[in-house]
Amino acid sequence: MRAVVTVVGKDRPGIIARVSTLLYENEINILDISQTVMTDDIFTMIMLVDMRSSSVGEVGEKLLKLSDEIGMSIHLQNEELFNSMHRI
Amino acid sequence: MINPFEILETINMIDRENLDIRTITMGISLKDCTDPDVDRACDKIYSKITTYAKDLVKVGEDIEKQFGIPIINKRISLTPVATVIDALENPDTTKCLKIAKTLDKAAKAVGVNFIGGYSALVHKGFTKGERVLIESIPTVLSNTDIVCSSVNVGSTRAGINMDAVALMGKIIKEAAEMTKDNGGFACAKLVVFCNAVEDNPFMAGAFHGEGEGDAVINVGVSGPGVVKCALEKVKGAPFDVVAETIKNTAFKITRMGQLVASEASKRLGVPFGIVDLSLAPTPAVGDSVAYILEEMGLEKCGTHGTTAALALLNDAVKKGGVMASSHVGGLSGAFIPVSEDAGMIAAAKEGALSIEKLEAMTCVCSVGLDMIVVPGDTTADTISCIIADEAAIGMVNSKTTAVRIIPAPNTDVGDEVDFGGLLGTGPVMPLRKYSGSEFVARGGRIPAPLQSLKN
Repeated sequence: MRAVVTVVGKDRPGIIARVSTLLYENEINILDISQTVMTDDIFTMIMLVDMRSSSVGEVGEKLLKLSDEIGMSIHLQNEELFNSMHRI
Repeated sequence: MINPFEILETINMIDRENLDIRTITMGISLKDCTDPDVDRACDKIYSKITTYAKDLVKVGEDIEKQFGIPIINKRISLTPVATVIDALENPDTTKCLKIAKTLDKAAKAVGVNFIGGYSALVHKGFTKGERVLIESIPTVLSNTDIVCSSVNVGSTRAGINMDAVALMGKIIKEAAEMTKDNGGFACAKLVVFCNAVEDNPFMAGAFHGEGEGDAVINVGVSGPGVVKCALEKVKGAPFDVVAETIKNTAFKITRMGQLVASEASKRLGVPFGIVDLSLAPTPAVGDSVAYILEEMGLEKCGTHGTTAALALLNDAVKKGGVMASSHVGGLSGAFIPVSEDAGMIAAAKEGALSIEKLEAMTCVCSVGLDMIVVPGDTTADTISCIIADEAAIGMVNSKTTAVRIIPAPNTDVGDEVDFGGLLGTGPVMPLRKYSGSEFVARGGRIPAPLQSLKN
């Protein structure tokens, strides 16, 4: 199953490292990354990942913990949600 | 990969604009649970509900986690329970309560937050069981926690059963009296319909219709907050733009509903029924239908222009949603429950929103006079007259209308009644002082209306 990880918040060093390490530790493969820093230092990263055997619920909770730690808003959602909402 | 802006738009809708799936409702048929013996009937009902819906809450929570979409309620709707009561030997209120308590227990066992279908469809006449069921409603609603009840008293094809309308006025009063310590809370779980639909997933009026299969999954989406935020971006634009903006938003909301519905249906092994396109408000700030109407340029919801604004909103939501789902049904429209909508509460408190205006609004939107608190000394006949008016609007306009009214004991205009949770806080609204007792006392049926020569 493919899922989308989004990370939004104030820019600071180490965001990509922290998130991708967590994904690596859970054997999640990153397929695509788009990252930008918008005006006012707002960091936005979107990753398309292959969940393989990992459970979205479990990894989602770990990401939630990480989001509290680094003060960013992090979501992990099944890719199908975005395809459904934005594609006919 | 999907466009990053689209991804962020979705996340923004969920995080900041209160986008959610309001309910996944499993409809379960009780047609094979009838028995002349009440204990055997209860056993069959309990076992069927707890078997069919045992994974409903878990599946809902799993989908919630995997897609990152909040799913607020998981619920069950049943074949109108009058079918079960009719099959009983010597049905009475005690037996009805036994069945209702079984429903309450089964619903709690599977973890849903409401179970609907303690219902009777009497738009043309009563069977013995239906009458017994209706008479038991006050006892049942005051002695159970999460059972919801509805009664259909009229339809475009059958007219209005005025005997049922008269009876429902008394039942509502009695239900309020029996729960007088909780502001007449039982009435919040009771809906009187005209043209009730068979696949409505929203409470308190959900039941599993006669024409439905053994079990079905219906989903109700929501998102008044998302529509309001979308409209903030087109301030001052003409109505063509307003309608297009609402359609675009409704499309996206409904696609999410469709995804959740088909996923739930697949995981539970139960056929997908419909997605209900209603905009359902909650008392949370930013999740209000009234605020959408105000965003269109009205100073307060309820002022002149409100009916037109609501008509546009309701129609655009349907147009946007219809293409997004393979099957649309239920009530599908904007809900205007006064106590459940922060903007409606504020408008009612300030006197901008009256019962008469709400009645006019129900001509163009889904459902009807919903969650309206009226003074405790309101008579049963006055309530019957309100039901008759609302049923007439539904009957003539070939649409569903309903009344969920709470004559909160020992309250008067200016007071407020707090029902808690999603049911919110209702300001007590003033009614006309003149009687319609002789009108109600006539009984009989109002004939079905002509469907041509419309003016």
